[in-house]
Amino acid sequence: MVSGMSSAPAGVAGALRRANRWGVLEILLWILAVAAWFFLPEQHLILAEIVNFAILALSLDLILGYAGIVSLGQSAMYGVGAYAAGLFSAHVTGEPLSGLLVGGLAGAAVAFLTGFLLLRGADLTRLMVTLGVAAVFMEIANQADWLTGGADGLQGVETAPLFGLFEFDIFGRTAYAYSLGVLFVLIVVARIVLASPFGYSLRAIRDNPLRASAVGIPVNPRLIAIYTLGGAYAGIAGALFTQTQMFVSLDALSFQKSADGLMILTIGGTGYLYGGVVGALVYKLIQDVLSNLTPQYWQFWIGLLLVAFVLIGRERPRALVRAVSIRLARLFAGKAASRRVAEEKP
Amino acid sequence: MAELLVLEQVSAGYGRATVLQQVSFGLCEGEAMALLGRNGVGKTTTLNTVIGLTRQQGGRILLGGQDIARLSPERRVEAGIGWVPQERGIFRSLTVEENITAVARPGRWTLEAVYGLFPRLEERRRNFGNQLSGGEQQMLAIARALVLNPKVLLLDEPTEGLAPIIVEELLAAIRWIVREEGMAAIVVEQHARQILAITDRAVILDRGTVAYTGASGTLAADTAVLGRFLGIGGED
Repeated sequence: MVSGMSSAPAGVAGALRRANRWGVLEILLWILAVAAWFFLPEQHLILAEIVNFAILALSLDLILGYAGIVSLGQSAMYGVGAYAAGLFSAHVTGEPLSGLLVGGLAGAAVAFLTGFLLLRGADLTRLMVTLGVAAVFMEIANQADWLTGGADGLQGVETAPLFGLFEFDIFGRTAYAYSLGVLFVLIVVARIVLASPFGYSLRAIRDNPLRASAVGIPVNPRLIAIYTLGGAYAGIAGALFTQTQMFVSLDALSFQKSADGLMILTIGGTGYLYGGVVGALVYKLIQDVLSNLTPQYWQFWIGLLLVAFVLIGRERPRALVRAVSIRLARLFAGKAASRRVAEEKP
Repeated sequence: MAELLVLEQVSAGYGRATVLQQVSFGLCEGEAMALLGRNGVGKTTTLNTVIGLTRQQGGRILLGGQDIARLSPERRVEAGIGWVPQERGIFRSLTVEENITAVARPGRWTLEAVYGLFPRLEERRRNFGNQLSGGEQQMLAIARALVLNPKVLLLDEPTEGLAPIIVEELLAAIRWIVREEGMAAIVVEQHARQILAITDRAVILDRGTVAYTGASGTLAADTAVLGRFLGIGGED
């Protein structure tokens, strides 16, 4: 399905290597994220939550930001991944990495099987189909209480120490490091996928699906492929949530989860991979500050800020990131590098 | 030479409207064909029908003996058709290099080869599609079709709306592709004389049907036919 990645013709490999270079800001972001583990020990729990939201938003960015698939149903894959990891832990083993794999595979399977529903119709149809799919899975989980625990949530989830060494404690110390490691791997994989002919073809499809087809891009298989990959990412996010919380309930499949992902991506910006990270950080910080200031009305203020933010301009975070990248490139590598960054994707 | 692409009694159009009526012609391996006619006679529709963007209402389209009429556009490209659309169709959010690598397939035409043909594209390889001039966009559209390594290249008005100096550059590149590389091509073009000079055969469409078929050299000298179907005199 992703033949464009494996059969790069002559000359293309060099171009792909150039496209896959890490930026200064990107490296700096990861240094800060790792430094937070050492210097902000009292914030590990919220940081782990931010990373979880970032992965959920990243899964949405893959399909929306790169392939133009609008979705209100990421919670279906997130929730199924969460329950799959929870059931795997409760009935097979609590080993986290294999549980993560199970969650990812479950999310991918749901996306693959429902992806065919997205091939007909445009944005509104896709919104309704994804919303409907999520609602169906929510109701299945609710009715199958013998398996999922229904409204009471799944009991008996335990997460074994990571690599047999690191216990998941109540302070989120292991949870944050683990979540950050998972996010890093997912970003690396996404970078490789997106800086490939396959990734470029997704953006071509997003620009104009009919034209993409007429220049030889297999539109439907590629849409299903990226939707499946996005589903795997959402499933991993769900599994990570279950493993770090050692609990999973119907909330994982709720519309609110999909809405959170979309809201975070709206704040952080689409189509540059880090929109989820930036958005999750900003969203959680605002939520934290507002819930402290006005515990009863914080959702009102969040809603108001979101409306204002969208009206002012959703492209601003991305433009800000780009401007900072250029400044940093100037600082670290002189004018030649800054010119290179300026030429890169806006 | 064996016929590579054959249109047999092809009727096609958009929705219920019929634009092409029983159009028939063939294109041999290594042959370059000029597809001419006044505005609105069905030249672009013919190319769009070959690539699969219209509703084919009748007839057969054979590529290498295989009927491709039921194939999707992407399958037709896979079968060996490269299309350069009239409005170029550059993907705006991709750079020059990404536009090319998104579709490239193994073969003689590589990234380096198209950069060799259009050095300007290499200079602008990091620029986005919407940052290119019309001529550069046309070069990119041709490069993008070439890296598909097609058997047949369809060029829809490649010089439309471009400055004369750019037209010369593009015609030289097209001449190289069809003459030196021997790629089979159908070129729709308003500048009849310029394109007749670099093609082997010409087909003139009139109101959706084939009105004339003959050698390009013969047509170039036939002022009566040129005047009747294309409205151009001997000095055009």
